[in-house]
Amino acid sequence: MLYRENGQFKTSYRADQQVFPITQDRAAIGLLLALAVFAVPMVADEYAFRAILIPFLILSLAALGLNILVGYCGQVSLGTGAFMAVGAYAAYNFMVRIEGMPLIFALLLGGACATLVGVLFGIPSLRIKGLYLAVATLAAQFFVDWTFLRISWFTNNSTSGSVSVSDLSFFGIPINTPETKYLFCLAIVVVFAIAAKNLVRSHIGREWMAIRDMDVAAAVIGIRPVYAKLTAFAVSSFIVGVAGALWAFVHLGSWEPAAFSIDRSFQLLFMIIIGGLGSIMGSFFGAAFIVVLPIFLNQFLPAAGAVVGVDISTAMVAHAELMIFGGLIVFFLIVEPHGLARLWSTAKEKLRLWPFPH
Amino acid sequence: MNTTTTDAGASPSTDGRKIGDVILDVQGISLAFGGVKALTDISFNVREHEVRAIIGPNGAGKSSMLNCINGVYTPQKGTITFRGKTFGHMNSRQVAEMGIARTFQNLALFKGMNVIDNLMSGRNLKMKTNLFQQAFRLGAAQREEEEHRAFVEHIIDFLEIQAYRKTPVGRLPYGLQKRVDLGRALAMEPQVLLLDEPMAGMNVEEKQDMCRFVLDVNDEFGTTIVLIEHDMSVVMDISDRVVVLDYGKKIGDGTPDEVRSNEDVISAYLGTSH
Amino acid sequence: MGFFLETLIGGLMTGMLYSLVALGFVLIFKASGVFNFAQGAMVLFAALAMARFSEWIPKWMGFDSKVLANILAFAVAMLLMVAVAWLVERLVLGKLVNQEGITLLMATLGITYFLDGFGQTLFGSEIYKIDVGLPKDPMFLLEGMFQGGILVNKEDLYAAAMAASLVILLSLFFRYTATGRALRAVADDHQAAQSIGIPLKRIWVIVWSVAGFVALVAGVIWGSKLGVQFSLSLVALKALPVVILGGLTSVPGAIIGGLIIGVGEKVSEVYLGPTLGGGIEIWFGYVLVLFVLLVRPQGLYGEKIIDRV
Repeated sequence: MLYRENGQFKTSYRADQQVFPITQDRAAIGLLLALAVFAVPMVADEYAFRAILIPFLILSLAALGLNILVGYCGQVSLGTGAFMAVGAYAAYNFMVRIEGMPLIFALLLGGACATLVGVLFGIPSLRIKGLYLAVATLAAQFFVDWTFLRISWFTNNSTSGSVSVSDLSFFGIPINTPETKYLFCLAIVVVFAIAAKNLVRSHIGREWMAIRDMDVAAAVIGIRPVYAKLTAFAVSSFIVGVAGALWAFVHLGSWEPAAFSIDRSFQLLFMIIIGGLGSIMGSFFGAAFIVVLPIFLNQFLPAAGAVVGVDISTAMVAHAELMIFGGLIVFFLIVEPHGLARLWSTAKEKLRLWPFPH
Repeated sequence: MNTTTTDAGASPSTDGRKIGDVILDVQGISLAFGGVKALTDISFNVREHEVRAIIGPNGAGKSSMLNCINGVYTPQKGTITFRGKTFGHMNSRQVAEMGIARTFQNLALFKGMNVIDNLMSGRNLKMKTNLFQQAFRLGAAQREEEEHRAFVEHIIDFLEIQAYRKTPVGRLPYGLQKRVDLGRALAMEPQVLLLDEPMAGMNVEEKQDMCRFVLDVNDEFGTTIVLIEHDMSVVMDISDRVVVLDYGKKIGDGTPDEVRSNEDVISAYLGTSH
Repeated sequence: MGFFLETLIGGLMTGMLYSLVALGFVLIFKASGVFNFAQGAMVLFAALAMARFSEWIPKWMGFDSKVLANILAFAVAMLLMVAVAWLVERLVLGKLVNQEGITLLMATLGITYFLDGFGQTLFGSEIYKIDVGLPKDPMFLLEGMFQGGILVNKEDLYAAAMAASLVILLSLFFRYTATGRALRAVADDHQAAQSIGIPLKRIWVIVWSVAGFVALVAGVIWGSKLGVQFSLSLVALKALPVVILGGLTSVPGAIIGGLIIGVGEKVSEVYLGPTLGGGIEIWFGYVLVLFVLLVRPQGLYGEKIIDRV
């Protein structure tokens, strides 16, 4: 009833190729963005910004980058934390070593460095496939971990690899309150999301998906696997690098290599699996799920325990989190291996028919 | 024996098509996988604008031959000459750029994409915008997408699959998937079209449709067709010349009538009594 | 020279222990095509079970003998691992039969998190001891040839010997028994194996139980060396390069891979480490594997992947 496409006929290919061809979808996205920009800063408190919204935005960006590599191009990478770290430390070096470097350029240059490293570690994907590639990408993870810990030039000679930044500003506007940080991240995420969506629906996106689905056939129709795979690594690492720099600068403020460890890599992989491989929207769903879940459990479990009269300590909550997390991953994979994005599109299909059964 | 009739394209010898010079020449190709000899010293040529069939019992090496032409396999011996240029082994991308396209026996469609995207992927050689233009859908990128979408829509009309445009190919029935496979090859605007059992697993009506499409392509665009097919009536009806393979060796080469009465070919198919 | 030999021998023995963990991976991959990321968590879980039961059983049953406690604890821990195997097959594997590799991989990651949490809930999260009577003193070999002799850790030696015998046992099992053949058939093609009557579900439970057994032995050995604590599950991350180097489906590959990486790590740390700033053990194995894969994308002994169109 509400979600009908009746009367929405497309008279040009351009109209048919829109990202949101259905009017109701366009309205919904517009509303969401308006709420995000205007309503949220008025309503949310500092905790919400710090613990939920800003991590959600930045990790969505990283998940988006990873999804391009894994979901669209089919190259499994377990070393995403490393590329985030490169982005963060590179941006740091540009910021600290060059007088008057604007924040946004530092972030983008950090992304560019991550791109170089990403392409380098992407070269093995030309020979190695599948599980072997996944483990090979771990080489990137551990090597980068070690680099920022031991090679002190990168960290301005700090002994433990920990560094910090302060006084961020965007062309004169200081970014020091939760609201400004949130809006800054939101702007960056929106721009990147649009670019990513455009890429995946253009011919490079089709090349990536062709390589993912059947690389031998892709070669026969003229797609160069080298170009496709390396561009996937490049674009993905750029986005992940910028996300890493954002994470370090805006969310953490001061950080050390452990912030980008293998746990982070797995966390991002979970986000895109649960959210939906090969789906831009899925990256956001997955990030939201993974960010909100521990917070939810932290509040819910002790409260539930109190109701039943059982005292649940923080250690127990931590253990329970692990169990529930692991259990939920398995549950999701069984119930909907294509992730929340698929659940969402199935729901929309049903909504198209509502209130009729078929 | 003739149970298939084709509507378009009367029998090859009476229409106005001119069969040209040799466009593709395969010389002495030998291919082995470890101890298994897939192809032994195969030589034949293909003339421009003709419909050339490759037939033979299962395991004769027909698909392997096409794979050599496309650069999927590298033969140990022999050369392939296309339009005067000779190659010891083919590079898939080069082959595609030169204008040779193919369909696959087991369908090599991109299951994660819908029909339009599969067909559009066939246009990739003609799409030239760079990453930056694509990322922000700047004028050139948008125009390119529309232009090629228009071209692909012609193919969709030609193959009569309009209703399935946005369907993920994995969900289509087999016959329609085969049409999409053909469409993707056609999207490359090829000079030579290699078809690997395009009618396998089809019923009579579907075969008629497919024959019609193949002959229309050959008629309207002058595309040279190299066709692997098991259905003898189809082969005899629509091909100009036939190559027969058996156990990796060539045992016959000529017009359908010549091949039909060739002793070796008959014994290969029916077996000989000892 | 003596120092080099010491480093070499130390590396070989550490390598043997990596092989032991790698073996669990190879077993499960060989028989079910699943890359079991949870192997490390299984090692930790088994070790925790062993450590705690060897404490609790004497208390519950009121006797003093350490040997008896260890034996019973081992038996109970083994039963627990079989139960885990059965549950994993029932709740996870059975439901994900036709999914792609990455889905199964993620599922095993989920199992990892779950087992980590569950183990610590059941058994506690402090550091526990395992004492199965492995001698902890060092011994000195070839004192005549080299000054001071070559220092060899007795515990490591026993551990390496145990690991080696286990590996030989398993190789023989795969080659010469009917169950072993069935396991190999299942690894090759699930559906074909099913169609000739091989009971898939039972085979999977058997395989995961055997992997559980291997995890238990590895857990006992590593736990007795390092103490049983959470970082034990990270041993799996050390064993991954071994698995890949040897080729995912090869038992001898796991051994050779383990030895190569064990020696490589130790030697590079000692001789190369100081110039690079130390601590290169964390990435040496991985970078080595990366270079080997560039030359042989299927590992040293793995099966070549042929793409058919």
